[in-house]
Amino acid sequence: MTAPAVELRGVSVHFGRTVALRELDLVVGRGEALALLGPSGSGKSTALKAVAGFVRPHSGRVLLSGVDVTDAPPHRRGLGVVVQNYALFPHMRVADNVAFGLRARRMPRREVEQRVTEVLAMVGMADYRRRYPRELSGGQQQRVAIARALAIRPPVLLLDEPLSALDAALREEMLAELLRLRRELPDTAMVYVTHDQGEALALADRVAVMRDARLVEVGPTAQLYHRPRAEFTASFLGAANLLPVELVAAAPEGSDGSDGTVRADGLATVRLAGAELRAEPTGPLPAGTPVALGVRPHRVEVRADAGLPARLLGVQWRGTGFRLELELDDGSRLRADVSTVDGLPAVGERVGVSIPDGCPLVPAGAGA
Amino acid sequence: MLVWTRRSRLLLWLAFGVLFGVVIAAPLAMVGLAAVAGTWNGVLPAEYTTGHLADAVSGDALASALVSVQTGLIASLAAVVCGAWAALAARSAPAPVRRVVDTVLHLPVAVPSVVVGLSLLVAFSQPPFLLNGTRWIVLVAHLVIVLPFGYGVVSAALDRADPVLADVAASLGASPARVLLRVRLPLLLPALSAAASLALALSMGEVGATIMLYPPDWRTLPVSVFAQTDRGEVFLASASTAVLLGLTLVGLLTLGAARGRAAER
Repeated sequence: MTAPAVELRGVSVHFGRTVALRELDLVVGRGEALALLGPSGSGKSTALKAVAGFVRPHSGRVLLSGVDVTDAPPHRRGLGVVVQNYALFPHMRVADNVAFGLRARRMPRREVEQRVTEVLAMVGMADYRRRYPRELSGGQQQRVAIARALAIRPPVLLLDEPLSALDAALREEMLAELLRLRRELPDTAMVYVTHDQGEALALADRVAVMRDARLVEVGPTAQLYHRPRAEFTASFLGAANLLPVELVAAAPEGSDGSDGTVRADGLATVRLAGAELRAEPTGPLPAGTPVALGVRPHRVEVRADAGLPARLLGVQWRGTGFRLELELDDGSRLRADVSTVDGLPAVGERVGVSIPDGCPLVPAGAGA
Repeated sequence: MLVWTRRSRLLLWLAFGVLFGVVIAAPLAMVGLAAVAGTWNGVLPAEYTTGHLADAVSGDALASALVSVQTGLIASLAAVVCGAWAALAARSAPAPVRRVVDTVLHLPVAVPSVVVGLSLLVAFSQPPFLLNGTRWIVLVAHLVIVLPFGYGVVSAALDRADPVLADVAASLGASPARVLLRVRLPLLLPALSAAASLALALSMGEVGATIMLYPPDWRTLPVSVFAQTDRGEVFLASASTAVLLGLTLVGLLTLGAARGRAAER
């Protein structure tokens, strides 16, 4: 059996008294793209630095292709690293930046030249090889940084928020570029640190959601998006409304949950603001556990006269649609994304809210 | 521009002119005039001559000038190397160690140079470190006096440097030595050059410690100027000072040009 490209076993990182990463277990398969997703201070960049060798774990082991590299310095790990601020060497031209890792490996000059030409062409920067980094735009600098990391043909590419310093249009362009590179380099594993769920969803095969130096949840991208097991995942990945609900009956319909547990083998019945809804438990829900319904704003329907009674608190125009702030009669607040507000009453008036069946049901406070 | 009105700008320029004229230009002009003065009984010299300048670049005066240049170059080079080494080492040391290194290396600035000279005399007048009476004790004194400036300038530059560059270089497979030589030091070149300039200027003008320590075969130009003044040879002392200024200026301009080229990249 082939060893995974990256494996973290119970890795903790301390900076003085601050715990930056707490017992992280994570596996990245060969050729797999894993996104480490979380807010600032969640430990995702620290995890990446532990893999790169930039920080030394307080405890735990780091393995690359099955080899324990916990005590190995960065220059013996053979990884490609791309960071947020590009970190191009300002005193070197583009070609010298890209050739840096190859020369460090004492590759023959002709091969260095060939490889530099090849990777610069791959990222569309072949015409800029004589320029200094200061003569390039942010997007161009990031392309060069990616070329420099890819030039050494690393088995693993580590990307630490590579797009966050770019403006929105460039970010889109570079995201497409990274997707193209993913297709061209199917054997290169990628660990992608981001706080942007859009980037994680677009690029990753799997997502690891982190918070407060801990791993909250890891799983295939679609599964985490549609069936999050933790409340935090539901809110961070897809910005779901988390509505506290009362669990009425287990699934499938007709089972009474008399064994004291609610089985996760179908839809459960929950009560929200006096109305009963059908929801999908994403994991075992022991009886008596407080639960929350994860409802994404675009799945909420708002009408003038039908559905759960609510009050319209505010309307924001967002170009492609409107975001509505609503309050149900039980005091729960939620957001709804709608394409039009035609036919809706004014702010402060009563409206009706519809929530579709099948929204994920998670233990309240899980991952919080 | 913080000052918008023409009148305010003129007033500021005037204040600057007066300050610059009194503090810097007037003393230098006096030295320059005295260096070429034949006789000087009024406001300006009555006669002019190049004889003092000729004397200042020949014989003992020339030997002193060459000693000063060698001392300045060796001390500034040593200050830059040791200062950069200490600054780089302190950067990777634990915070308490770094604070101690910072304090110890800045201490000589607060000590009068005469005290530095006296301390070295006491420390190096007995075996096994018998340097008294040799040129080495002068070089050590100059290094002690200029090292804090070399360390301080490089240390300040390291504070502004992006540590990620070294990390990324290492991740690309570069050994620590390669990272130092190809990434960290080239990026520090402007600071290294500035530190060398400062150290050179300080060393060229140093007299307090040197006058206590110099052996007969290693007399620096400021010591000679002091002796000439003491003997009443004021015009020769001025000419020697002009030579000292000229040599220092050439050194500073050369280092400045190197700094400019490094900063452009």
